[in-house]
Amino acid sequence: MEAAQILPILSVAIATSTPLIFACLGETITERAGVINLSAEGTVMLAAMTGFAVAKTTENWGDISLLLGFASAAIVGVLIALVVAFGALTLKQSQEAIGFVLALLCADLSSFLGSNFVRIPGPTVPSFPIPWLKDIPLLGALFFQSDLLVYTSYLLIFLTAVYFYRTRAGLMLRAIGEQPAAAFARGTNVILMRYFYTLLGGALMGIAGAAFALDFKAGWSHRHTAGYGWIALAIVIFGGWNPLRVALSCYLFGILQSLASVAQSTIPDVPTQVFTVAPFVLMILLLVLTSSDRLAILLKRLPPIVSRITTQTIQSIPPAALGKVFEQD
Amino acid sequence: MKIELLNISKRFGSVQANDDVSLTVQAGSIHGLLGENGAGKSTLVKVLSGFISRDAGAVLLDGFPIEIKTPADAIRAGVGMLHQDPLDFPPLSVLNNFMVGKLGGIFINPRSASRDFKRLATEFNFQLDVNELVSNLTVGERQQLEILRLLSLGVKTLILDEPTTGISASQKVALFDAMKHLAAQGKSVIFVSHKLEDVEALCDEVTVMRQGKAAGHLPIPCPDEKLIALMFGRELALPLKPNTCRTTPALELRDVTIATDRLTLRLGNLTVCQGEVIGLAGLEGSGQQLLLLLCAGLLPASTGSLTINGEDMTLKPYKEFLQAGIGYSPADRLKDGLIRGLSIHEHVALRHVSRGWFVDWQETLQRTLQAIALFNIRGKPQTLVERLSGGNQQRTQLALLPVPLNLLLMEHPTRGLDIESVLWVWQQLIARCESGTAILFMSSDLDEIMQYSDRVLVFSGGEVSELIDVADLTVERLGQTIGGRFSSQLSAVHP
Repeated sequence: MEAAQILPILSVAIATSTPLIFACLGETITERAGVINLSAEGTVMLAAMTGFAVAKTTENWGDISLLLGFASAAIVGVLIALVVAFGALTLKQSQEAIGFVLALLCADLSSFLGSNFVRIPGPTVPSFPIPWLKDIPLLGALFFQSDLLVYTSYLLIFLTAVYFYRTRAGLMLRAIGEQPAAAFARGTNVILMRYFYTLLGGALMGIAGAAFALDFKAGWSHRHTAGYGWIALAIVIFGGWNPLRVALSCYLFGILQSLASVAQSTIPDVPTQVFTVAPFVLMILLLVLTSSDRLAILLKRLPPIVSRITTQTIQSIPPAALGKVFEQD
Repeated sequence: MKIELLNISKRFGSVQANDDVSLTVQAGSIHGLLGENGAGKSTLVKVLSGFISRDAGAVLLDGFPIEIKTPADAIRAGVGMLHQDPLDFPPLSVLNNFMVGKLGGIFINPRSASRDFKRLATEFNFQLDVNELVSNLTVGERQQLEILRLLSLGVKTLILDEPTTGISASQKVALFDAMKHLAAQGKSVIFVSHKLEDVEALCDEVTVMRQGKAAGHLPIPCPDEKLIALMFGRELALPLKPNTCRTTPALELRDVTIATDRLTLRLGNLTVCQGEVIGLAGLEGSGQQLLLLLCAGLLPASTGSLTINGEDMTLKPYKEFLQAGIGYSPADRLKDGLIRGLSIHEHVALRHVSRGWFVDWQETLQRTLQAIALFNIRGKPQTLVERLSGGNQQRTQLALLPVPLNLLLMEHPTRGLDIESVLWVWQQLIARCESGTAILFMSSDLDEIMQYSDRVLVFSGGEVSELIDVADLTVERLGQTIGGRFSSQLSAVHP
């Protein structure tokens, strides 16, 4: 394969990773606060349906229909997250059980409610190459010849990372997910903050759904985004709950998908399902590999500095209080 | 800052944790709060620090009544509390821990925080690396970090809840120096403890609590008997350690080394007789636990052989160690010893394997009731183990050890227990020695080692001493030996 061929593959991969960026960063924020929102699969799907339905219904209103689509998708995400938060934080029930049931329920609900919108053309986010930046050699083609949604995802990655590691509130967010009791001792309303970050994460997951239906996988069909919610949960683990690593993992997944579709056209003998499934399987293999004990043992043999940095880069330790109930007296 | 707690009451369910308790702490003084486990000390200080809301009573700071509803209120009022289990964030760095919860602008300022931290650390002579992860610190260092953090928030009253549990002797010295330094600055310190000697070494005044009430206020110094009488409402006698050693060896190690990725421990030869008590002294993590795990059959030796009552047990599976009469009682009772979520009754049922497929609950209930009566456990058969107090958990753990045993291995047999429970535990252990059980126990309490051991092994910096007869030792010498002046001290003992 020549360089001229690789460039378009990469740029497509980066752009098509955008919905996952929103979903994964949303889940990262939620999980860092100690809540696991397992409903991602259902949230993304129901939000995709809602976003498409709203944008389609208001299509005649002009550009605002797209905004309404995204806003309604975000609201769906917030509402589902609210169910998770209320069940987990107020009723103190199992976060996993609530999230899992919601994932199944909302996925089915999207098929039921969206039956009138299946396979019809609808509005999509218009392309918007950024003047000047689009002409930079290599980088311009890679990053700046997409649309506003893609650029927003860059901004989101940057802002999330800055928020996590440079702001007081971000430090407290990380603290809440590790030791809520200690965070409470330092004057934070842990339950309130967890509500906030769960809803915020839900909104981002909702936007991810709309990003599929109104941009990268435009339209709606039965189980339109199947699998992406689950892979988002896996990517958060793979990314070690660090926004930058999570974003890189999303792009890695996007590249795997692009390569799979290229391979599909170059090797037509192999059944297409193999290539559709391959990126998911590869991600899971990578996850198993990086979190295995054997790797840790191998790393220990390296010189101390190399081993420490590598361990920090690839090891993935969940927030200590993830998924646990916190009783605030 | 002068603190007045007036007529504080607090009830949890059916338990009256605090019953009309009043307490005055003068500015610039160190005030001890002494009492056995469950006397209501922690409840009282948690009311003051905003972790628990009181049912009745008032809090006055410098004479003015104040409403403290949350820990944040307490900090604003200048009251900070150091908890028994460090309330910090192990995966974060020392500096990040220092900054969490500090007020200020939107962005954190690591550079100025680091400056503040280093200035305070120097003032109190604490050696902490700002970039180290808290998960790599000892309990004592985590306390130091927490103290510095509270002080940086402008705390004028510092509450310490059982701070001397689980820290080394030198860290205790550093802690006490820091407290005295604070008192000299005019700050007040409330020191919660069940250890007489700590209260006597540090405090200016003491309030003794018993069963949720303030039993009395005394100036320090004051005779032990008087404090003990106030704590328990009667006098307690130390159990005498009779000589129970026999001549038959219970445990023999030959040329044993244990290697883990942290530490290589050369134990060499070691013979322990039946009925003998061996104290394992040393800083936490110097290898005492490795020796216990080795004898329990939970850790293989890298080289050498292990014989128990004449039977070669080297590299045998754990099951055979159990059959050989080895009992192991871990320090972390709820993690390694007992099973969270199971009742005392269920623990007994697990311990005594019934024949066939079904559990004979009637029979095990009888056993459970016997154990509860015999071991004086304050709980019912259906009480979940995590609901028991620390002392009663330890009693349950002891009740579950089989009888008879050839070798009993104990990590911190009395950590976190009040004096009455400590004496009771040791009475049980001594009774076991009289029936020929050899005991190996590790403890960070040097007095306990001196009081109950026949011979002592000192662990320091990956080295292990010969067995030292306790008659050749004093607490001071033992402390110095642990602290590192190893070979010189030992050669002084055994020239």
